[in-house]
Amino acid sequence: MHSDRASFGLRAAALGGLLFLHLPILIIFLYAFTTEEKSYAFPPPGLTTEWFAVAWNRADIWPPLYLSLWVATISTLLAMILGTLVSAAMAQTRFFGREQISLLILLPIALPGVITGMSLRSAFSIMDIPFSTLTIILGHATFCIVIVYNNAVARFRRLSGGILEASADLGANSFQTFRHVFLPNLGSALLAGGMLAFALSFDEVIVTTFTAGQQSTLPIWMLQELVRPRQRPVTNVVAIVVFMATFLPILIAYYLTRNGSETAGAGK
Amino acid sequence: MSFAVEFQAVSRHFGPANAPVKAVDGVDLTVPEGAFFAMLGPSGSGKTTCLRLISGFEKPTAGSIRIFGQDVSDIPPNRRNVNTVFQDYALFPHMTVRDNVAYGLMVKGVDRRLRAGKAEEMLALVKLEGYGDRKPSQLSGGQRQRVALARALVNEPRVLLLDEPLGALDLKLREAMQDELKALQARLGITFVFVTHDQGEALSMADSLAVFNNGKIAQIGTPAEVYAKPRTRFVADFVGSSNVLAPEVTRAFGGPDRWSSLRPEALRLTAPDGVALSGTVTAHRYLGAGSRVSVAVNGTEVSALVPAGHGLPATGSTVGLAFDPAALHVMEGEG
Amino acid sequence: MTAPAVLPARGLADRLTALFWRHPRVLLSLLLAPPLLWLGVVYLGSLAALLLQSFYSIDEFSGVVKEEFTLKTYAELFRAQNLDIILRTVLMSAAVTLGCALIAFPIAYYAARFAKGRWKAVFYLGVMLPLWSSYLVKVYAWKLILAKEGIITWAADALHLSMVLNAILSIPGIGGNSLSTSWIGTFLVFVYIWLPYMILPMQAALERVPSSMLEASADLGASRAQTFRTVVFPLAMPGIIAGSIFTFSLTMGDYIIPQIVGTSARFIGLAVYQLQGTAGNIPLAAAFAVVPIVIMLVYLTVAKRMGAFDAL
Repeated sequence: MHSDRASFGLRAAALGGLLFLHLPILIIFLYAFTTEEKSYAFPPPGLTTEWFAVAWNRADIWPPLYLSLWVATISTLLAMILGTLVSAAMAQTRFFGREQISLLILLPIALPGVITGMSLRSAFSIMDIPFSTLTIILGHATFCIVIVYNNAVARFRRLSGGILEASADLGANSFQTFRHVFLPNLGSALLAGGMLAFALSFDEVIVTTFTAGQQSTLPIWMLQELVRPRQRPVTNVVAIVVFMATFLPILIAYYLTRNGSETAGAGK
Repeated sequence: MSFAVEFQAVSRHFGPANAPVKAVDGVDLTVPEGAFFAMLGPSGSGKTTCLRLISGFEKPTAGSIRIFGQDVSDIPPNRRNVNTVFQDYALFPHMTVRDNVAYGLMVKGVDRRLRAGKAEEMLALVKLEGYGDRKPSQLSGGQRQRVALARALVNEPRVLLLDEPLGALDLKLREAMQDELKALQARLGITFVFVTHDQGEALSMADSLAVFNNGKIAQIGTPAEVYAKPRTRFVADFVGSSNVLAPEVTRAFGGPDRWSSLRPEALRLTAPDGVALSGTVTAHRYLGAGSRVSVAVNGTEVSALVPAGHGLPATGSTVGLAFDPAALHVMEGEG
Repeated sequence: MTAPAVLPARGLADRLTALFWRHPRVLLSLLLAPPLLWLGVVYLGSLAALLLQSFYSIDEFSGVVKEEFTLKTYAELFRAQNLDIILRTVLMSAAVTLGCALIAFPIAYYAARFAKGRWKAVFYLGVMLPLWSSYLVKVYAWKLILAKEGIITWAADALHLSMVLNAILSIPGIGGNSLSTSWIGTFLVFVYIWLPYMILPMQAALERVPSSMLEASADLGASRAQTFRTVVFPLAMPGIIAGSIFTFSLTMGDYIIPQIVGTSARFIGLAVYQLQGTAGNIPLAAAFAVVPIVIMLVYLTVAKRMGAFDAL
């Protein structure tokens, strides 16, 4: 018996598992081309590309798309600033309360979204804050911080700790060290974190339903279509857009950080 | 005579005030200008902390540090005209070798053309011409070490600090670098402060050295002084591989009732008859240039160095021991 | 001319650097203040608001929230229908966790122990992409797959297995009219969505098992099954527990999946959403939201005792 080779059963189960993770997404693409708009009949009775044009001309899709892009962009920028600050602080020496702070950063992502959402909802209700784009961003930026932070911290573990000291030793002041050594070395990890944060924010639905009020982001629009379908293939076209808007940043993040395993287990 | 570095009762304690870890504990120290000064000691003895006190990455909990007469208690690392060659080199991974070397000039606002020229000059000094466009990851360990050296020297520091700079290199490269560092120091005239746990390295390179133990200086002096006249048992043990003799053994060897040390090379093996001291050979160890012979005398094991070419007594045989009484060094302290 | 031993300070940047050096806490506070203010005010503040709301109650006649401390709202959780919701949610979370563990194990084991070079990257991306890609799109895909007129029904027909499918759907309790309206459907989608969260920590734990240990076990004459039971499984356990924290917690808090695929029976998440929205009963919604927190705290305490956090 070769201990270095997996048994057939194990290989089949492993590859089967990977396929199980990927095949369902392809179905979305197929149904965007079906001629059947009232049901999910398989196989599709015919294929057409008309739904892309229909989707393009549907006025109710554009405002949610813009809102989602806007919210994701602002939340990502906020998360990158706040995440960079925390990771810079954590890169310094150990200090009292360090563990508690990393727990606090992790909490919004560790607890289910419904709790984050309901908590924000409770706070808005107590303080009489009306729902707005700002309330959506408040929620999104909160759970995006940890994504940026995780990427930055993982990069720091790999870097030689001495380079910040070396910079000061060679005469650089704190700001020069930040600009010439800290940022360039952390840059790609921060960018990767930003990409993932964008993907996460663009796609988020659970927290958003508690903080959006009457407004619709694209995922909320999709959710409404799922509960009460109208032109089903149009939903698929939008689903493809959402999928691409999350898939591409993830791929970019992977290539930015592939020398380490920084995105591994980052937690969503 | 002015001192490049001067420590006055310097301590660096870590942890809580009621139970501190005394990394450096009341150290007085002067490094003469232009010296090649070694700080020698086992790991955790405080030598690296002393180096970091000079560069400014640690602040003393008590005492004062002067660099060329100037109190630096209030001066952050970037304003001390002191540069460090770090143990792991700490080269900037995102910069080319040239940009690494020119970094100190860049942050001081030196014009790009000027600093590129200066960087080339430094690379030539450490024999790395033509390597300027590479990234640190494309260099060997020895080459990285040279880049770290060039990067520190480009700033024309008054004191160069070296933290176990040769520790990561293999034996042959280490010996070559020792000679080069020594030559470089003689040529530039900069004060070198060198941290090492390798006593051979410290003895061969330094013109004076401080032996550290438990955050304190056990002895300070020239290599010859420290080697020949260790002040304490610790120094005798750590510097070289001396025979450390307890008071009663010292007496048997004809000395006073005190701790003493006797270098293995000072001991000669003779025929067992007609000598005051004799013992039983318990082991040999071949060292290339000679052999170390262990002899049990009155229950204490001492070793003698027998040069190559001399006959070795068989294990178990009885031999006589002779030495110049002046070689028996009586120590001041015990610890 | 020799350079001075101490260089002069040049401008504000150098003076600030000196300040940061003399008082490291100043820089630390400056760096930490904005993110801590954000998380402290926005997040912890909201959690506090949640707790506060859960101790309020709603006036049954006017429907207005009474801002007075009471345990009445928590007492409502113990009504039979609400207990049902909690029990149903916990059971589903447990089942999903078990399902994820079973499917994840071969993938994690293969990726950790046998995948080399290019395959390692394939497995890594193969798990990371579904983990990060759009949640809603993935749920939607399953609605298409499980629909009565969808691909599974079609495949069962084509393979002459419709009998089997119908038999499964007719199992009382978990079956239903079609997969997309049955408990089985909800379970499948949950397992699919949270599977990557189980694979990653499991793989991390398995990668820490030195292969020499497996060889030693084989050398000592253990069969594959014995090696697995006595060496691999115990060593993978912290990873499984770490993964289960994710799958359990995520299932418990989700309300989108049961809304789109499954029976219309309510889960905690859906109850929270409906109570705060259409029903306008924020105190009861808040009390419901506290339930998963309490369950997870218990779960985490137990998991911590079993050493699960070393694998995170």
